[in-house]
Amino acid sequence: MAYDIEVNGTKRTADVDGDTPLLWVLRDVFGMTGTKFGCGMALCGACTVHVDGAPTRSCITPIDSIGDAKVTTIEAIGATEAGAKIQKAWLDREVVQCGYCQSGQIMSAAALLASNPHPSDADIDDAMSGNICRCGTYVRIRDAIKLAAQSNRQGG
Amino acid sequence: MTRAHPMAGASALSRASSAIGLSRRGFLQAGAAAGGGLMLSLRLPLGPCDAEADEARDFAPNAFVRIGRDGQIVLTMPYAEMGQGVYTSIPMLIAEELDVDLAQVRLEHAPPDPKRYGNPYLGGDQLTGNSTAVGASWQPLREAGAAARAMLVAAAAQRWSVDAASCGAQRGEVVHVPTGRRLTYGELVADAARVPVPEKPALKRPEDFKLIGTPAKRLDTPAKVNGTAVYGIDARPPGVKIATLSQSPVFGGRLKRVDDAAARAVKGVRQIVRLDDAVAVVADHMGAAKKGLAALVIEWDDGPHAKLTTGDIAVELESAMLKPGAVAQNIGDVADAMARAVTRVEATYQVPFLAHAAMEPMNCTVHVRSDGCEVWVGSQALARAQAAAAKTAGLPLDKVTVHNHLLGGGFGRRLEIDGVIRAVQIAKQVDGPVKVVWTREEDIQHDMYRPYFVDRMSAGLDDKGMPLAWNHRFAGSSVVARYIPPIFKNGLDSDTVEAAINLPYALPNLRVEYLRVEPPGIPTAFWRSVGPSHNVFVTESFVDELAAAAKQDAVAYRRALLDQAPRARAVLDLAAQKANWGQPMPAGQGRGVSLQAAFRSYMAHVAEVEVSKAGAVRVRRVVCAVDCGAPVNPDTIRAQLEGAVIFGISAALHGEITLKNGRVEQTNFDTYQVLRMDEAPDIEVHIVASAEHPGGIGEPGTSAIMPAVANAIFAATGKRLRKLPVDPAALKRPA
Repeated sequence: MAYDIEVNGTKRTADVDGDTPLLWVLRDVFGMTGTKFGCGMALCGACTVHVDGAPTRSCITPIDSIGDAKVTTIEAIGATEAGAKIQKAWLDREVVQCGYCQSGQIMSAAALLASNPHPSDADIDDAMSGNICRCGTYVRIRDAIKLAAQSNRQGG
Repeated sequence: MTRAHPMAGASALSRASSAIGLSRRGFLQAGAAAGGGLMLSLRLPLGPCDAEADEARDFAPNAFVRIGRDGQIVLTMPYAEMGQGVYTSIPMLIAEELDVDLAQVRLEHAPPDPKRYGNPYLGGDQLTGNSTAVGASWQPLREAGAAARAMLVAAAAQRWSVDAASCGAQRGEVVHVPTGRRLTYGELVADAARVPVPEKPALKRPEDFKLIGTPAKRLDTPAKVNGTAVYGIDARPPGVKIATLSQSPVFGGRLKRVDDAAARAVKGVRQIVRLDDAVAVVADHMGAAKKGLAALVIEWDDGPHAKLTTGDIAVELESAMLKPGAVAQNIGDVADAMARAVTRVEATYQVPFLAHAAMEPMNCTVHVRSDGCEVWVGSQALARAQAAAAKTAGLPLDKVTVHNHLLGGGFGRRLEIDGVIRAVQIAKQVDGPVKVVWTREEDIQHDMYRPYFVDRMSAGLDDKGMPLAWNHRFAGSSVVARYIPPIFKNGLDSDTVEAAINLPYALPNLRVEYLRVEPPGIPTAFWRSVGPSHNVFVTESFVDELAAAAKQDAVAYRRALLDQAPRARAVLDLAAQKANWGQPMPAGQGRGVSLQAAFRSYMAHVAEVEVSKAGAVRVRRVVCAVDCGAPVNPDTIRAQLEGAVIFGISAALHGEITLKNGRVEQTNFDTYQVLRMDEAPDIEVHIVASAEHPGGIGEPGTSAIMPAVANAIFAATGKRLRKLPVDPAALKRPA
């Protein structure tokens, strides 16, 4: 059947089975390829989006569970305060290598920063350990989150 | 290293100035966005007339530089960007000599064309691998920039009727120094195209470098933080269908029969494609394709390897070593020296099969038509991808267009073209374009793996504990023998034995033998840090064993063997100093060192580990000192080492692919574990200033960290681990 969902502020319709993961609706039906496929089992975090602000693995989230919730993806996260700070910190700290996992890393980090403006190392471990980076950018991700949090401290 | 291909230099520059084909236009590009930053986008091919008309007016003095009448500077990238930063370091080399800012250039990926874009370090094959890109480009791509600059300057000098020596260039303009007159490169395009290509353009002196050696912001990253970067898996030609597949779970098995009734009933499933050894479900989207695949009832003929286990392979390698191998290096007389030794040390090491597990699962998009074939993929071996597609499609090479993309990790996996062949096999049966996406399970279970090796080491020490004799015999697969057969000679190839021979240490009697034993039923391939990924673990663990047998400090022992190797000694000293080597550590913790000369770079690592009572190993801190020759983009060097360390620790602590009943037992990131944020150590990188020819940097950190971790575990626990990955049960202490 057809499902109407709101993605990045726009209502969109997908005529798919209700158990179809949100990831494939975004990528293959809507053509929004910024959200990435990594494992299909919520083990790697590459597919992370926000559903009503909560970081969510879209690869195991069926489309029929979305209802009226608002979906935000990497394509629009820069319009949020936390997302913009994280993106800027990512570039300032030159986090990215191959970049494939970074959509998911940024979505997890933006959700962390939005809910916890001054995360500790343990908070960062908790929020980010579900996101795998094979290029091994973890040291810089940690630094960049702290840099983004610092701009919170300065009221920026 | 000698250049095996004559592409570089002035002769190639003039030859390469011929018209550029349409295919070149359709690649991933980095361009100046409206906001002034750089963006990456997939540009679809223009109509042929447009493209040719455009390019006829361009100034294209060689295969790497093209300047339009509008002043747009386009640099063509011969190497694939897979995270290692070549889309920034290679432009730096060209832009330095061309005297333009990185913000002024747009990047295009080179089309498959080994004559112009072959890797001079890898026999002229169009490959991105073996940590060669910057070293192989250092001379020819600076010359490409310098030649273009010289021609632009000559054109301006003619226009002004002045001596070219009185003109300079900066930021995309030629300046007549005495009068301050200026012309932009765009204004000079038509005239410059008529200037003869200089035979040997003068290169800048290192002290005049404006870009090289200064940390530069990467050109590919802005698009990678906002979802607009386009990887192979993101290709979406109009009307594309999505397919996923199941390949014979036993390598060499065949498809016997498939019941597809339930799969065809899944909403969105369009077609089931049967191949000899695989079956694919084609659908409107990947969700339907996966659901359809799960609904198939497949019967396989497992073939000859149905009972194979990893243990069988290890036994075969061990028994092979009863015979002598091909001699990779022989110095002095090991047998005689061994007879004179006061102490003998012997050990056997083993390293496992490893998967690449790049974050972007294997994928390839193909449109087969009766008169041609179009391929969208992220490849480290573009010309091979084109050739494989042509052969599989039954088409001549010039009917196959391949669009290369950003790679979501390569690590050697994307040097292979099995995924392209699969996709073309499927696409031949599909009307319209089809994107074949492997599930993670398929990606791990049908990888081509870092080979399993078994190594037997023996050494004889003198009365002071110093090595008189070093004897190393090992057995395993040669990837080179399959991938580049001509360079496998007399039972040997340079990669499989790299860093097992030509050790930095002064060893008066040394013998290294290799036995090529190809495991049945499991394909092998290059894996980040290739030959050294195995050899350095063995040699640097064994040097540590010798130091322990001699009751000497591990750094001091190595240092005493480095009188003839000043670059190696310097990185060892630097790493030891920065890591506070020799300072006491708490119980259950330890420091380990490794030293490596490989990929034309030198590096020393010190790892600090903590081992719990239960035997769990945590790497807490890593200090790395590197001499990779003249640093081009120092921040990328740091990033590559940080990443290589994480990649290596993942392998040392967790990485292992095993076979049971011919099937790979690991399936996804739950059973093939890699390091995560909460396990990541602090990593410090110290770069040695150098003016030497640039060495490799993408891979060497991975091989170098593994023995440092094992040696640190020995320091912490007194237990020597000779088999990877680390087995916590072996490190468990009584409560």
